[in-house]
Amino acid sequence: VSQDPHKVSHTHGGAPGGAFNVVGKPRRRVDARAKVTGQTRFADDLSLPRMLWMKLVRSPHPHARIVKIDASRALAHPSVKCVLTGKDLPITYGILPVSQDEHALCLDRVRHVGDPVAAVVALTEDEATAALELVHVEYEVLDTIADAEDALNKPEPRIHEYGDDGNVHKRVAFEFGDVEQALKDSPRVFEDVMFFEGNTHLPIEQHATLAAVDENGRVVVYSSTQTPHYLHRALTKVLQMPGARIRVIATPNGGGFGGKSDPFNHEIAAAKAALVTGRPVKIALTREEVFYCHRGRHPVLMRFRTGVDEQGKLQAMSLETLLDGGAYGSYGVASTFYTGALQTVTYQVPRYAFRGCRAFTNKPACGPKRGHGTVQPRFGQEVQLDKIAVALGKDPAELRLMQLAQPGSLTANYLKLGTMGLGKCIELVVEGSGWKQKWQKLPFGKGVGLACSSYLTGAGLPIYWNDMPHSGVQLRLDRMGGVTCFCGATEIGQGSDDVLANMVAEVLGIEPRDVQLVTGQTDVTPIDLGSYSSRVTIMAGNAAIQAAERARDLIAGPAAKKLGIPRDRVGFADRRVFDVEDPAKGLTFEEAIVVAEAEHGTLGTVGSYKPPASPAKFKGGGVGPSPTYSYSATVVQVDVDPKTGWISVEKIWMAHDIGRALNPTLARGQVEGSVYMGLGEALYEESAFRRLPEKLSKANVHKFPSLLEYKSPTTLDMPDVVTYLVEEPDKNGPFGAKEVGQGPLLPIMPAIANAVFDAVGVRIDECPIRPEAVLRALDEKAKGRPARIGPASFPAIPWPEPLKVPPPWEGGDGTAVNEKPRKSGKPGTPYAKKPIDTKPSIDTVTP
Amino acid sequence: MMRVPPFRYVAPRTVDEAAKALRDAGPEGMLLAGGTDLLPNMKRRQQTPKVVIGLRGVQELKACLANQDGSITLGAGLTLAGTVKSPYARQDAYRALTTAAGKVATTHIQNMGTLGGNLCLDTRCNYYDQNYEWRKAIDFCKKAPDGEAQREVTHGTCWVAPGSPRCWAVSSTDCAPALVALGAQVTLVSADGRRTIPVLSLYKNDGMDYLAGKRRDEVLTQVHVPAMAGWRSTYWKLRRRGSFDFPVLSVAAALKLGKGGVVESARVALGAVASCPLEVSTESLIGKPLTDDALEAFADLAARPARPLDNTDYHLSWRKRVTREYVLGALKELRGDAPSLLQRTAARVLPVVSA
Repeated sequence: VSQDPHKVSHTHGGAPGGAFNVVGKPRRRVDARAKVTGQTRFADDLSLPRMLWMKLVRSPHPHARIVKIDASRALAHPSVKCVLTGKDLPITYGILPVSQDEHALCLDRVRHVGDPVAAVVALTEDEATAALELVHVEYEVLDTIADAEDALNKPEPRIHEYGDDGNVHKRVAFEFGDVEQALKDSPRVFEDVMFFEGNTHLPIEQHATLAAVDENGRVVVYSSTQTPHYLHRALTKVLQMPGARIRVIATPNGGGFGGKSDPFNHEIAAAKAALVTGRPVKIALTREEVFYCHRGRHPVLMRFRTGVDEQGKLQAMSLETLLDGGAYGSYGVASTFYTGALQTVTYQVPRYAFRGCRAFTNKPACGPKRGHGTVQPRFGQEVQLDKIAVALGKDPAELRLMQLAQPGSLTANYLKLGTMGLGKCIELVVEGSGWKQKWQKLPFGKGVGLACSSYLTGAGLPIYWNDMPHSGVQLRLDRMGGVTCFCGATEIGQGSDDVLANMVAEVLGIEPRDVQLVTGQTDVTPIDLGSYSSRVTIMAGNAAIQAAERARDLIAGPAAKKLGIPRDRVGFADRRVFDVEDPAKGLTFEEAIVVAEAEHGTLGTVGSYKPPASPAKFKGGGVGPSPTYSYSATVVQVDVDPKTGWISVEKIWMAHDIGRALNPTLARGQVEGSVYMGLGEALYEESAFRRLPEKLSKANVHKFPSLLEYKSPTTLDMPDVVTYLVEEPDKNGPFGAKEVGQGPLLPIMPAIANAVFDAVGVRIDECPIRPEAVLRALDEKAKGRPARIGPASFPAIPWPEPLKVPPPWEGGDGTAVNEKPRKSGKPGTPYAKKPIDTKPSIDTVTP
Repeated sequence: MMRVPPFRYVAPRTVDEAAKALRDAGPEGMLLAGGTDLLPNMKRRQQTPKVVIGLRGVQELKACLANQDGSITLGAGLTLAGTVKSPYARQDAYRALTTAAGKVATTHIQNMGTLGGNLCLDTRCNYYDQNYEWRKAIDFCKKAPDGEAQREVTHGTCWVAPGSPRCWAVSSTDCAPALVALGAQVTLVSADGRRTIPVLSLYKNDGMDYLAGKRRDEVLTQVHVPAMAGWRSTYWKLRRRGSFDFPVLSVAAALKLGKGGVVESARVALGAVASCPLEVSTESLIGKPLTDDALEAFADLAARPARPLDNTDYHLSWRKRVTREYVLGALKELRGDAPSLLQRTAARVLPVVSA
């Protein structure tokens, strides 16, 4: 065990000579068989005897006061067993401690079309559906707040009684160095206003929950959730029950992408209904209802002002963002911070200012979608860099390569970087795509575009303040040779089960399929905070390594004694425990366990992980820090038809610095999946809303809450993708691994925008990039006007006085010079300043 | 899960039985062929027939014939996949039809959906193709008033064009414009008899009464495509994704060229830019060679009647502009030009896997 157990450093394998047993070998994932044979039991596959069905009465109004609810006719329906309303669940909840603004069933106010008002529980789903019409709800309709600018202009009626003011949920402002002065001193300043439309996760599995009261009187909630622990906490709060009497079991998710990371109203209502009726209660959402759960990408308007020298070297950057948050807080405060967090981790930005504002609007709440909050400003930043390169006559690849952020460095906003393979990534895609022969050299209508990105490998802080580990693993070794790995990590399709099996197998010299996995059950498995922020591989992975190393230590001693060799000569590989100097001499893994159990008694170990402390000590500095960052670079080649503006993506080259590819098959799948999702965001998908003529109606509905009309690409729309995995092992990553689930999504959208410019010479400063925008821009160009489509201006927002944090090279120490002393560590405030615990988290080892 | 509302199912074995069942059911009855249009609509409560008359068991609806005069007759019950594969339809002159049928939604839907069903496809609109709850949130629309609560009031609002007296839902059938371009006819059978009318006469430019040419008690039984020796035809479809979207614009064109490449006859139809397929006059092309100038001038004229509105995918003004380019592209393809990017996009279909 390393001296500093919370910083496990593993860059070599468990086999003799540091070779890897399992890591780096392309393998079929451990859950593949169950998935392809249909044996995986998703939440909607579950059924229990005497199970009832629940459906939710949803608001038809975007904004209204609930005057009266009369459920008597529904209760008289012979099949209906119970009807719940807001009064049955009056306690608020929300994923962030600072945004406890949701009711499982609306109490006195509905805030978007689809907000649930009552839950009807009946013998069958059909009857529950039919009985929805029997619940009479009287509303007093209020004015609709349609979008972020609407919210800025209309403080009344307020959607929530909390927030900064009016319909502004949150405003934040930071300054890392004197940015205005640096902009004045910069030879060239580029200003761009851009817009990124909202979009949604679109997991193929629709959310479903089954709640029941078990034989011991505990509430069991099976749900398609990415965050069973946070759901557990919300249930404890709203149901007013001790956590020990609630069990949350995260079923395998058929895709999540951030859309199943909040505690949801249907989950809480189902649990309550199970308690009230004493019978199992199930709810399976329709696709339209999934659109109402949403928590997807925020629509973001942004303004960049960036100063560069004559060579294009960044001098300073000022970024303002305006987020359309929808009707609830969700992760929104974090999302707001995230829109300004990662501008500094790809290229050296000596001075940086960020101001962000999130507004409440009468639409389903936005939240975290793959790339959480960093996707929109990354689009803006990478498109602006392309403009800078063109304006200065520089190759965009060279412009980036000359000012890469340095590995291990501290950024202007106090993010501590780990390994940094972006340079290699750029070189690979430039070489692979023939960039030098193509950029500005292809015939009119054809073009290439380049963009880069970076993403967190796990959020440095948990959602709620605590000093405990973020992930834990227990291993159980039995005398029949079995190894069971218990971990709270949740399989959402990304391969978290495979990572756990991979780590344990690597260290113990067995096969991943030898490892029995028990995951995502709050009463059985140790904590894992959830499958979000690309944190599972690094956190559960490091915890698993620690537990497995402790198991190896337990086995090695007795095995050495049995073999009559010194302990340091014991090797683990090929399901054997043997003498590394005479491999023929050894025990089977099973025999080794037997001797170990004889010596120690019952064998079990634990491991846990907590990210290193961040050097950012200022308020708000908790969003952005990560144990390490992944890097991606892409080149996209497009064909643009100048007569119609139709964009055809011909080929994509994507390089991703993953630190170490634990299972390259899975890693490539994540890269290709990110490319696919990016393509949808770039060209097709938008959470567009429909307002009817205001004189006639206050309606504000999602334009097309369906799989048919919400246009997500299909396999037929996928171009060829060439994937390069760059491995720059990071000391904080398990065997050096960094994230791959989110990062490669980010550069796709700006690369396509840049490629469109290269093809036909027009700038589309908005995403998605619609063919009609390309055509309009070409019209403008033909008329001799600026060939650019995008937002005209950024609204004047009364920003608060920024927190002034001098960057490290200007004598800063990570604190703000103008920060008022705060009440220290107010419980439940995620970003409150607390002395950051630098002690390693100590784990008890059993026995 | 969304489920269909309860209904009584009638399974006739002959066209006559079907026609009688339809007459007997009155306004409560609807015909079910492949079900790919009606069943999703029923789940969304856009249509809630009390009697559903299933045509699956009516064998005569599947019969196809090659007639002595060189024309062909296709049974309305032929599946779309069957239409694509039909030896009768597989001629160069009829390529507009086989291409159109091959581009309806997905392979799965082509295996279920029928030629007759596609001709009778309900008109589509973003305000209408939504489930009951969504439509309640906009207080319903002219085409689908609140059927569930049995309210008498029809709100009379078409949200696409609130000032308009009519419904602007979009004709979204792929096969109809193709068959218009081929000059096809259809046979309609009722308990009182049968009649044959041109395909175009089935339709009216009204999102609700779009099938005005077919009486409610008539069953569409056959499609007759004339002999077209020397013709060539094509079908261009605009949709977001090559895998399964409805058209938001389509152009069907058929041409017969005479000596020296002079146009002898031509028919062009537009789809998905009105509440019915639109036939475009080709007079300006007749008797002339297909020069670029002639085609450009024709495309300008042909796109004029297209009136896309804000009730489908893509911006309406863009769809209008692309109409012209699609007309031009389709005719250039028939002239024999090399395929453009546009054509590759427009003609993007699933790769054919031979058995």
